[in-house]
Amino acid sequence: MAGQTCDLFDCGHRACGGCGAALVSRLILDAAGEDTIVVSSTGCMEVFSTPYPETAWKVPWIHSLFENNSAVASGIVAALKKQGRKEKVIAIGGDGATFDIGMICISGAFERGHDFTYICYDNEAYMNTGIQRSGATPYDASTTTSPAGKCATGNPLPKKDMPKILAAHGAPYVATATIAYPADIRKKVKKALDTPGPCYIQIHAPCCTGWGFEAEKTMEIGKLAVETGLWVNYEMEQGEVTKVKKVVRKPVEEYLKTQKRFRHLFRPVRNDTEIAKIQAIADRNAEKYGIDIKLKKD
Amino acid sequence: MTRTDFMQGNTACAEGALAAGCRFFGGYPITPSTEVAEHMARKLPKAGGVFIQMEDEIASMASIIGASWAGKRSMTATSGPGFSLMMENIGYAVMTETPCVVVNIQRGGPSTGQPTMSGQGDMMQCRFGSHGDYSVIALAPASVQEMFDLTAKAFNLSDRFRTPAFLMADEIIGHMREKLVIPDTVPMQGRKPLQQGVLPFHPDEDLVPGFPQFGKGYGVHVTGLTHDERGYPCATSPALHEELVKRLVNKIESHRDEIADYDVVNPDAETVFISYGVPARSVQQVLHDQKNPDVGHLRLKLVWPFPDSALRIFKNAKTFLVPELNLGQIAREVQRHTKNEVVMLPKLGGALHSPAELTTVLEGYL
Repeated sequence: MAGQTCDLFDCGHRACGGCGAALVSRLILDAAGEDTIVVSSTGCMEVFSTPYPETAWKVPWIHSLFENNSAVASGIVAALKKQGRKEKVIAIGGDGATFDIGMICISGAFERGHDFTYICYDNEAYMNTGIQRSGATPYDASTTTSPAGKCATGNPLPKKDMPKILAAHGAPYVATATIAYPADIRKKVKKALDTPGPCYIQIHAPCCTGWGFEAEKTMEIGKLAVETGLWVNYEMEQGEVTKVKKVVRKPVEEYLKTQKRFRHLFRPVRNDTEIAKIQAIADRNAEKYGIDIKLKKD
Repeated sequence: MTRTDFMQGNTACAEGALAAGCRFFGGYPITPSTEVAEHMARKLPKAGGVFIQMEDEIASMASIIGASWAGKRSMTATSGPGFSLMMENIGYAVMTETPCVVVNIQRGGPSTGQPTMSGQGDMMQCRFGSHGDYSVIALAPASVQEMFDLTAKAFNLSDRFRTPAFLMADEIIGHMREKLVIPDTVPMQGRKPLQQGVLPFHPDEDLVPGFPQFGKGYGVHVTGLTHDERGYPCATSPALHEELVKRLVNKIESHRDEIADYDVVNPDAETVFISYGVPARSVQQVLHDQKNPDVGHLRLKLVWPFPDSALRIFKNAKTFLVPELNLGQIAREVQRHTKNEVVMLPKLGGALHSPAELTTVLEGYL
């Protein structure tokens, strides 16, 4: 909005109302401060935040291609280091750019150990091109290339475990977060930027347009993902899980039924088999990360 | 039974592929081509085919090469940036003589350019984009009907010549909706099987070898290295390399007239528009309005290999006007084949030449 400014990631950009990814940008720049250079892959965030006069970035910003933000970041980091400069470098990509097309470049950058932070805003599909599945799309979510129907119940594949893959590269700090807990995002971004070496943060970013929910429900859905155990907020340092957000778990259908991408699991008839499979994913998460708060029996 | 529909160009392309027996699609989302993949994702499983969303366009192109060797008619669809990523594998498909169809719904380039706007800037990349010398087959639809018809035809040409075939459409044709007549069946010309006792890369008289599909009893060895007729690498023999690459080029170039596909209007005209793809629509309007037999139109439905003999149909031609949504890529090709005046009518930015613009230019030559 002309004349009015909000943050380093400015208001008045073109994102949908209720966009989780827009919150991600705002929070990470809020934490990173102005001495930051941002490399951004092709994707929703690039498209909604850059055209003039709604350009939102008040830090140096470069669009890479879809597949190579980490390689561009590698060059920036190496050149800054040679000059003895201290700016922070953040590479931002959506889940398509991170899990699929950009994975080679991320792997290379993490192997070389450049000092930068990679942030994935994970809205669990290609939203910019109109909701196609990605390696981050959860099991059974319906997208335009994994449509639910006679032959399928939506995306048939599990979500790829990117944090673990990058931790296996020797990343000193890997974390997951969701926009439902803004203070947690700020804290994790600061920690990543203060940690030498390549760090990775994956942020659950609900997409009202792609997931099919009302814009005012973004935060609620972000919380529900954590509360059902379908998304786990944790930190890994030197490959070991050091911190996990614990919850009193709710059944997964409380999360699923809020979104049109899972509507086929409830209509025209409830698909108990598939819902049970998704519950099993949450149960495995709970066991693996120890997220359950044990309530004392009265 | 023949049925009539009202359909988007990209959807018609997918329908054309399905009608032609395409049963494998490996693709990756990219504007303005994504609807092709989306339609294939919905329809292929029901037709007993396979849709795979790959992790990028490099993988997409590689997957259709694999599926082709396993015996399926295979296709991918993309646009500029994805097309650039496919280039190394396109050269591989040329070298290994792998039939497959690549759809490029062109947008404004270079780089990310104009994702939602039209362009024809990839015509030369299609011809020369991968490294080394080779030749290609490329079709250019100018209507939703041709998105269907020429996609189906691309599979036949690809199989006939054991080479990748391209459908070089654009955003306007891909996204506009028009009447489409879907025939009961489409003409099918499948792969020539390899005869018993013939080496897998030994060409017949037409310079095209039969196709030794995996698992059909042939000992097949497929490589992007320069190879002998057995398929084994032999990358240091100058004579072998020259013979192979010349055959890859000539198997297509020596069949220019067989492959050619174009429409001719007013062959006695002195001033002739040459168009392909969407600018043809504006030219057609100009000819309709002018009703002047001295204004001709050569509309290319197939651009590569360039059908140079079509230029000679216009015996009285003095001037060729070539409107394109690029800075004159095919106009230069026209220049190579004629001594007549060739007027480039380039246009960038995504908008089409208006009939009024073309009429103004035309009047200067009448």
